Amino acid sequence: MKQMTDQIHGDDASRSAILSIRNLTTSFRAGDRWTTVVRNISFDVAPKETVAIVGESGSGKSVTSLSIMRLLSKASSRIEGQVLLSGKDLLRLPEEEMRQVRGNDISMIFQEPMTSLNPILPVGKQIAEALTVHQNISAEDAKRKVLSLLDKVRIPNAKGRFDEYPHQFSGGMRQRVMIAMALASKPKLLIADEPTTALDVTIQGQILDLIKELQNEEGMSVLFITHDMGVVAEIADRTIVMYRGDQVETGQTEEIFHRGKHPYTRALLSAVPKLGAMGGSQLPMRFPIVDPESGEVKPQIEVRDTVAKDKAPIVEVKDLIARFAVRSGIFGRTTAAVHAVEKVSFNLYEGETLSLVGESGCGKSTTGRSITRLTDPKSGRITVDGYDMMKLDRRALRKVRQSIQIIFQDPYASLNPRMNIGSALMEPFIQHGLGRKAQARDKAASILEKVGLSAEMMNRYPHEFSGGQRQRVAIARALMLDPKVIVADEAVSALDVSVKAQVCNLLLDLQQSFNLAFLFISHDMAVVERVSHRVAVMYLGEIVEIGPRAGVFGNPQHAYTRKLMSAVPVPDPARRLIKRNSQIDEIKSPVRSIDYVPPQRKYVEVSPGHIVRAD
Amino acid sequence: MTDITLASATPEKAPNVVFNALRRNRLSWIGIGLLLLIVLAAAFAPMIAPYDPLKQNILHRLSAPSAQFWLGTDSFGRDVLSRLLYGARISLAIGFLSVMIAMAVGSALGIVAGYIGGLFDQIVMGFVDVMLSFPTLLLGLMVAAMLGASFENLIIAIAITETAPFARVARGPTIAIKRRDFIDAAKSLGFTPVRIMGVHILPNILSDIVVVASLWMASAIRTEASLAFIGLGVAPPAATWGGMIREGFENILSAWWLVVFPSVAILLTVLALNLLGDALRDAIDPKTRNER
Amino acid sequence: MTSYVVRRLLLAIPTLLAMLTVVFILVRLVPGDAAVAMLGDRASAEALAALRAQLGLDQPLPVQYLRFMSDMVTGNFGLSAVSGRAVLSEVAVVLPYTLELTAAAMIIGIAFGIPLGIVAAIRRNKWPDYASRLLSLVGLSFPGFVSAILMLLAFAVWLQWFPVMSRPTANPIDHLRSLALPALNLGLIMTAYIARVTRSSMLDVMGEDFIRTARAKGVKTRSIIIRHALGNALIPIVTVVGLNFGTMIGNSVLVEIVFTRPGLGKLILGALQSRDYTMLQGLMVVFATFVVLVNIVTDVIYAAVDPRVSYAK
Repeated sequence: MKQMTDQIHGDDASRSAILSIRNLTTSFRAGDRWTTVVRNISFDVAPKETVAIVGESGSGKSVTSLSIMRLLSKASSRIEGQVLLSGKDLLRLPEEEMRQVRGNDISMIFQEPMTSLNPILPVGKQIAEALTVHQNISAEDAKRKVLSLLDKVRIPNAKGRFDEYPHQFSGGMRQRVMIAMALASKPKLLIADEPTTALDVTIQGQILDLIKELQNEEGMSVLFITHDMGVVAEIADRTIVMYRGDQVETGQTEEIFHRGKHPYTRALLSAVPKLGAMGGSQLPMRFPIVDPESGEVKPQIEVRDTVAKDKAPIVEVKDLIARFAVRSGIFGRTTAAVHAVEKVSFNLYEGETLSLVGESGCGKSTTGRSITRLTDPKSGRITVDGYDMMKLDRRALRKVRQSIQIIFQDPYASLNPRMNIGSALMEPFIQHGLGRKAQARDKAASILEKVGLSAEMMNRYPHEFSGGQRQRVAIARALMLDPKVIVADEAVSALDVSVKAQVCNLLLDLQQSFNLAFLFISHDMAVVERVSHRVAVMYLGEIVEIGPRAGVFGNPQHAYTRKLMSAVPVPDPARRLIKRNSQIDEIKSPVRSIDYVPPQRKYVEVSPGHIVRAD
Repeated sequence: MTDITLASATPEKAPNVVFNALRRNRLSWIGIGLLLLIVLAAAFAPMIAPYDPLKQNILHRLSAPSAQFWLGTDSFGRDVLSRLLYGARISLAIGFLSVMIAMAVGSALGIVAGYIGGLFDQIVMGFVDVMLSFPTLLLGLMVAAMLGASFENLIIAIAITETAPFARVARGPTIAIKRRDFIDAAKSLGFTPVRIMGVHILPNILSDIVVVASLWMASAIRTEASLAFIGLGVAPPAATWGGMIREGFENILSAWWLVVFPSVAILLTVLALNLLGDALRDAIDPKTRNER
Repeated sequence: MTSYVVRRLLLAIPTLLAMLTVVFILVRLVPGDAAVAMLGDRASAEALAALRAQLGLDQPLPVQYLRFMSDMVTGNFGLSAVSGRAVLSEVAVVLPYTLELTAAAMIIGIAFGIPLGIVAAIRRNKWPDYASRLLSLVGLSFPGFVSAILMLLAFAVWLQWFPVMSRPTANPIDHLRSLALPALNLGLIMTAYIARVTRSSMLDVMGEDFIRTARAKGVKTRSIIIRHALGNALIPIVTVVGLNFGTMIGNSVLVEIVFTRPGLGKLILGALQSRDYTMLQGLMVVFATFVVLVNIVTDVIYAAVDPRVSYAK
């Protein structure tokens, strides 16, 4: 009993807990049915403490935070239990008193900075509103406070930006504005609901550092909702693990990471790739799979070397250039160009996984799409399976599609909602004239089995499958044409942690079975480390470093590669107090004026196959 | 990342989700019921109408509603009720046929323009914009006046006025869907543009188009009645609702029933179609789906 | 912002030219001889020949087209076959009445429609919402002339509160009395329309993320509605109302006919009855030009209100 109490309360001094949740239960109504989404959650948040709630989709973590703030629709939701803020039960307060708590005693920041600010009001006014709503304060005083808040969240040139509109700020800057709004009335508790999930890695690092610093300066508590174990390790004193609406485990972060008791906790941790954990091994490694209900660890099979180094590369790219015109002015003339891909060259061997890694705007996606001619590049030489991709006519291009396929990021958008998956799988086979309907059906059935689904599912429609299952269907569809190369364009980025691990394992399995070559495009360094043979780091349309995975990750040479790696949150609580000391900057976008001449680049080979751009 | 719903109840438009939502909406019941009534009345008009709509009965001209003539008679002694029933056939036929034509032509234009994009899209949409700058009624009026008002010409005239809106309605969702990954997947799987438009785009925007079809049928009937009122309807002595009001307008001070009953008929028909269209739209949009 | 306005005006030019071309094609749709259609079967050969020469029908088609375009662009809309006077001057005489009616209807529509729509959105699924939605739907379902006739019956014939025929007079009270019914009629249709659009636009905006942010800040509900929601909701409302200006014009024509008000509607009726194709053609151009102008104004208002357009990065 005492252990339970310790877990809930944290430590003895928590009788003065800022927030005490007891048996919180939230249900939603759809039509006539009530579904319970959060079940009997209990925990405390002590003063100046950071507590993280971690879980995957459907865990109920976001709903928990919305329930605390009572931001759910009264018509379709029901909240039971107790939410004690310094002793006051928030669930029993009349709406007007609750309104005075919001933004004042408890503040909240959300996931999508793009849509969380009112587009037609200037940013300064929106932050000032957080003050004027709760205090009697003059406009000038409010403005002064807002400017100091903007400074506090490290937005450069606060005075100039006071009157600007949200669309004039980048994602990271908007999130800083949201934080400034949240801090305006000096709340005792800040609830942060996945605030960095939609941001690039380096920006995420900056925002996490900011939150940590502000917490110290303001002396406030933070309740941090996330799905990212790396973030949890970096920021949380105590952690609560949620699974399908239940509170599965609670405790000090170190305890959870090193001595997690619940099977689900262990399953979750085993699915998280740790940057730097690959050691010196040359080959990719499967993720260990732990059953979330029983805790049983499935045996891991060694990955054998599939790379055909002695054959000619299956994909050769030389000096690929892709640009998009930017039009403006009265007549829509081209005033600038986005240099999305600027002289990119690499080879991909049969059976090999080459990863393109980088942040938004680096050109990795455009490279992948150019190779498959989904986008038409400006110039360059692309050879796939012996075919010169740039010189093909329409009919030849259709045929080449049998050699190279692409799978996309969003599992909810990559399948035609109106087509059952059997038809979706058979369609490419039939359209390319590879055989008759019966043969198509047989092949579809066997490939479905290979991707871990069953042939009986062929009559079902996409909406009947989960995100991970849909991605498997997309992979199966790509395999129907027996391709030699698959471009995976952020194919696992939108999946839950555990599902991500399973799908990565699937890709490795398929590589073993079919000797597939993968061009793995991702922004997730840790996953990339796990699945790749070789890695190319991209920045502003150019490859700045390319080489064997062990070399690039173990001995990063280019400054950008190092910056990228230091920004990744590592799921190791011991690293919690290490500061990044990163500069405040934005992700640069490769928009250049028309007369821009790209500089000539020199490349240096640091060790066999490991090439770095010399700056 | 938060996925509150279970995997089976997703934002996708599964057919039975829409059907169930439709069943729950009370207003949709009224709309469907009314529409059914009117369609049946029109279909069985020859059997239910008590009198021949063209038969003149000078002795009983301009008589108020009575047991003999339930809704009264007009200035030629013709039974208003019978004329209403036969008028329904004309209005519904014109409304339905014109919308079907406009839907087929307009949607095809919109989908192709939206999918191909570029200069072709700009030219087609420019043309659509020009057509949209003519007020519907006036455009129909012009075409009907030029071609001469007849059953076929009215269908053509009204179809012309509604083609541009359908093109616009089809183009928007086409462009939105074009950006989704499964279209890119279809392209990278080597499917032809015709196949992509027909098999991958069309089924996914069909619901948007059908909603608009219902509302535009209401508009078509309104336009047809308005044209008949101005004198551009199907020629007398055929019974059309608008024409009946036109004739009744001259006697408005003394014979109110000549104007009121056709008005009610038009109102109920248009209302039913609007209710249906609204209910369809609410049922299809996941945000409004659970309203009662 | 100014570059946007200039660009918008320049874009309107091809639209107007294309519109004129469409009118040209429409008028040439007449099967058979236009002159015979206009003057009747029994007109003399000289009269027919004279009319053909005047309308330029004896010239080859491309020449006709060029003549038509240059006439239209210079403001020469031709002569009315009925009165012999210039079409544009006939239009100019009655235009103020139509404009007056349209403006009055617009004012009524906005004044009643927007509050109704807001109330319906706030009290969603409760009785004010149902009532508003049903009334809007009924209001929209009336063809313009039907509601006009019923109103005429009710208020002018039976109750005799208003004159049966709408005659504008010098006396402002009488003028308003005769404007009242037609304006009310048209205005109610506008109200139904604007209420619907306002409701759905408000509902869309209320579901946006930034509303949730405002609530999380502790902003009062009334402030959220007026300051945050309405401002954003107005943008699509303005656009949609502008887009349906055309329907409004169609209805105003019908209303003018029913209430026997002087205005463009009466001109159309006269032109139809006497097969005055020149007048019809001119009226089409006038109406379409109005719609194009309204669209330009709508776009400019939209750009002015939405900072994403006026302060593009």
